[in-house]
Amino acid sequence: MAIKNKKKLIENVIHGIFLILGLVTVGCVLLITVYLIVSGIPAIREIGLVDFLFGPKWASTAAEPKYGILPFILTSIYGTAGAILIGVPIGFFTAVYLAKQAPTRFKTVMENAISLLAGIPSVVYGFVGMMVLVPGIRKVFNVPDGASLLAAIIVLAVMILPSIIKVSMTSLEAVPKEYEDASLALGATPIETYFRVSVPAAKSGIATAVVLGVGRAIGEAMAVMMVSGNAANMPSLFQSVRFLTTAVASEMAYSSGLQQQALFSIALVLFLFIMLINATLNFFLKGQKEGA
Amino acid sequence: MQHNSLPARRKLYIGMMRVLMWLAVSIAGALVLFLVSYVLIKGIPNITWELLSTKPSYLDGTIGILPNILNTVYIILATLVVVLPLGVGAAIYLTEYAGNQKIVGMIEYAAETLSGIPSIIYGLVGMLFFCQFMNMQTSLLAGSLTLVIMNLPTIMRTTQESLKTVPQSYREGAFGLGAGKWRVIRTVVLPGCVDGIVTGCILAIGRILGESAALLFTAGFAHALNGLFDGLTSAGATLTVALYVYAKEQGEFEVAFAIAAILMVLTVLVNLGATLVGKYFKRKNSV
Repeated sequence: MAIKNKKKLIENVIHGIFLILGLVTVGCVLLITVYLIVSGIPAIREIGLVDFLFGPKWASTAAEPKYGILPFILTSIYGTAGAILIGVPIGFFTAVYLAKQAPTRFKTVMENAISLLAGIPSVVYGFVGMMVLVPGIRKVFNVPDGASLLAAIIVLAVMILPSIIKVSMTSLEAVPKEYEDASLALGATPIETYFRVSVPAAKSGIATAVVLGVGRAIGEAMAVMMVSGNAANMPSLFQSVRFLTTAVASEMAYSSGLQQQALFSIALVLFLFIMLINATLNFFLKGQKEGA
Repeated sequence: MQHNSLPARRKLYIGMMRVLMWLAVSIAGALVLFLVSYVLIKGIPNITWELLSTKPSYLDGTIGILPNILNTVYIILATLVVVLPLGVGAAIYLTEYAGNQKIVGMIEYAAETLSGIPSIIYGLVGMLFFCQFMNMQTSLLAGSLTLVIMNLPTIMRTTQESLKTVPQSYREGAFGLGAGKWRVIRTVVLPGCVDGIVTGCILAIGRILGESAALLFTAGFAHALNGLFDGLTSAGATLTVALYVYAKEQGEFEVAFAIAAILMVLTVLVNLGATLVGKYFKRKNSV
């Protein structure tokens, strides 16, 4: 009897340990959320929510500092929108081709290439952008400095390609073959079938891919920091700009006091954007599950 | 050709879609080709033995990246040592123990949230929590712990996936022979999910290799040469952070190209490793 109780006790202890390990993840999320809110609120209180979010000027080191992050918010939105505008069509058509038409050999090669693209560190993207794209933009468009919103948009477009292609491909490949067979039997050509039957059938997966791309683009810091010039301007295609992410990164090293607190508040705003995107993502994922 | 009988509008549509697909695939393919060859061609000539085996010296005006290589290795080791038990444990809890759907949902939602948070936010919270609140200062250890949180969902997911492939009958057989739950996990379940753990490790290594924003403010910029244990408590730049510093702050483009080429090669190796491991275990499982 005593042995049995001891055994039971041990099992319970082990169960408890695993429960704690499982809850670590939840703890981490809580930790991040609490830290961002606690450290982000004071500056917003001091500056004023409206002045902070909609203030058109950021001059944190001026004699009379101004903490308006509207330029960062707009830059992040424009930059992400631009990256989506370029990246999604390329990613979408590539995904359709690879999932439906490509010869197996070519498909394997491209899949590996795209995995590689996903694995390349963001600083390498930033560095290549800095060495190739920035001087290129300066020459082609004849502007004084190529470090601009456009350069950031192009780098981001490349960086979101792999997630868009992979996720779209997975959902395109999951389309039941019967749908396509029916369409072919009714006289549609293969290409018509892919775009008018398979793509609509996979639309929630493709939407998921786009939202994932948005999340990745809005959260990218280092690559953007190396090509966007980093001046706190209102967004304009050929001007040096600063994103929400780079605003946090570029001043953190030397900031203190209200300036540093304002950076935490920027991070909080970024976090809220990400949470919004996550919620959208979950919405689409749910739709996918129900659709399947 | 049957297509000849199609009305012009349909032919136009088909032609357009075909051109768009080819265009997109060529752009994607050309991009990868360009990126890889550009970085390698510009970088490999700059990789010298001296660069790899020394530390930067202001006196001689030379730059070496040995400290950065070591820092990267230390951070990978420290992160894996902490994240493996946490991630595997969480996965085991979810698949073997959890009965309460609410808790399962909560943990899975938390993991999803974690994998969506941008690295700069991890860096910021890591700085506030590990460096300041836990008083670790800017150190490799603080950087590793930050990366632990980042990589937790990855390890959890890959382990969970492979746990699902362990047949239920194995567990039942072990239970039937009188084994306790813990014994079943140790002797039946854990050996069955080695492939998931290994895959998770490789993915995590790839992610740690490429991470920079989360390390900038937690692990710092230093280039000092340290042993493993001194290294963990002092600040240090990994290869990615060093690339950023040399390219953006110091204008040492040759060194930056060399580091970029090294990172590119490592990325290729990590990808190759993941593919090979996947194939190896697939074959093993199917036998």
